[in-house]
Amino acid sequence: MIYSDKVMDHFGNPRNVGVLEDADGTGEVGNPVCGDVMKITIKVDDDRIGDIRFQTLGCGAAIATSSIVTEMAKGMTLAEAVAITKSQVAEELGGLPPAKMHCSVLATDGLKKAVDDYLVRHGREPIAVGTIAHDDPDFDPHAEEHDEACDV
Amino acid sequence: MERTSYLDYAATTPVDPKVVEAMLPYFTERFGNANSLYALGREAARALEDARERVARSIGVARSDEIIFTSGGTESDNTALIGLATAGGRSNGHIIVSAFEHHAVLEPAWWLGKHGFEVTELAPRPDGTVHPDDLAAALRDDTVLVSVMHGNNEIGTIQPIAELATVAHARGALFHTDAAQTLGKIDFDVAALGVDAASFSGHKIYGPKGTGVLYLKGGTRLATYLMGGGQESKKRSGTQNVAGNIGFATALELMDAERPTEAPRLTALRDRLVSGLLGGIEYAQLNAAEAPERLPHIANFVIPGVEGEAMLLHLDASGIAVSTGSACSSGSLKPSHVLLSIGCPVEFAHGSLRVSLGRFTTDEDIDHLIGSLAPVVERLRSMNPLYEKTVAGLAGTHE
Repeated sequence: MIYSDKVMDHFGNPRNVGVLEDADGTGEVGNPVCGDVMKITIKVDDDRIGDIRFQTLGCGAAIATSSIVTEMAKGMTLAEAVAITKSQVAEELGGLPPAKMHCSVLATDGLKKAVDDYLVRHGREPIAVGTIAHDDPDFDPHAEEHDEACDV
Repeated sequence: MERTSYLDYAATTPVDPKVVEAMLPYFTERFGNANSLYALGREAARALEDARERVARSIGVARSDEIIFTSGGTESDNTALIGLATAGGRSNGHIIVSAFEHHAVLEPAWWLGKHGFEVTELAPRPDGTVHPDDLAAALRDDTVLVSVMHGNNEIGTIQPIAELATVAHARGALFHTDAAQTLGKIDFDVAALGVDAASFSGHKIYGPKGTGVLYLKGGTRLATYLMGGGQESKKRSGTQNVAGNIGFATALELMDAERPTEAPRLTALRDRLVSGLLGGIEYAQLNAAEAPERLPHIANFVIPGVEGEAMLLHLDASGIAVSTGSACSSGSLKPSHVLLSIGCPVEFAHGSLRVSLGRFTTDEDIDHLIGSLAPVVERLRSMNPLYEKTVAGLAGTHE
């Protein structure tokens, strides 16, 4: 299993690390039992993502996908941000090893949660709900290679 | 790059130059097939039998035909498990393996479980050792084979093999041990341990990859695994790897010669590592810390609040090679079965670090690791959204 140079760059020098004070929206997904947890905070200006920070506990791919998704999302409209797909994240990183594809779901789900959190806080309808894989109680991030540890 | 520190000797070792030197003629001018009758073949056969006798002598075996050369630890384990269980056409019965065996033992055990046998996975105790009383309780009248590893490859605990073998024999079961991590590192004497079969690997002892040995006590029935020309006393067909087997024997003799000084040297290095790491990394814990006996060269830690693969990649960037039981490092996405078997919580198993020492490890390597690890852990913890919760949980458990 070999990571692309871009994955290693984002892992070694992750962008937008941290937590925004007075964030407009917060998204947290994952579970330490599965080995990865991500938290995204966003500032929203005129329905665009003005600023964004993340914290991630996870492997190299989990950190790199978190980092790149913050770069991709910055400046996007909320609708554009929640439309980012896991394959776009992987593509942007120059590909991910097959066993690590699920890491990009962590990043896109974290972002979707943060956007919906902002909308709900402002009394608006959430737009990502229903498309967040981690909301499904039966969601198995490692479905392709079943991971019993995550059934705990 | 700055200093490089290889601290993964339990994964593999570099071949000793003296071993290479001993092997080289058997690739070129002495290339004969050990089964050929003419002079070139006889020369190869003599060298092969000499290597066999040297291995037999090292592990305290009187009959050199009890030494079967194989392609490595995995083949030795597979042959022992399947060959002993199914010997004489047996197609059912009970086998016991410890739950923290290497997959080279677990996989053939599970295969047997799908092909007529019942398999018990015996849990080690939280101190990281398999207890003879637990084995006694698991044995049944129809138990045909017990396999418990000598030294655990991840946590370095040593099992009381002599007692376990006695318990198994008292109920009529055969006893096999995977000794890939102990051969050469601590004394290995077949007569003292009383096992019926044992597996060894060449590349863990500064010998070549692709070499191994299965010790099989004389008179023990074995279903053959590789069939063909009937080499290795009809137990393992295939033209023998003369150069490789000479390399194995030479490497083993070098290990034996250096052990009186090397074992205490590695033990001191390991102790420096353990105290330095536990002192330098907040909340770090030594896995299986209560083990009564441990290998001199392996230590395994849990670093709460970090994920192992991320830790490993950052250390690699500092020129340090170590390994982790994190799910993400293995490609299997499951954290170490060894750590889970001794009661390590899943979330901590993801943050484990195995350091294994060897012939070229120095105090400077240990200090390099500890010095590099502290900022890596600090950085990863600062990126962990749950770190405060994790620490609060740890404080709770320590009260």
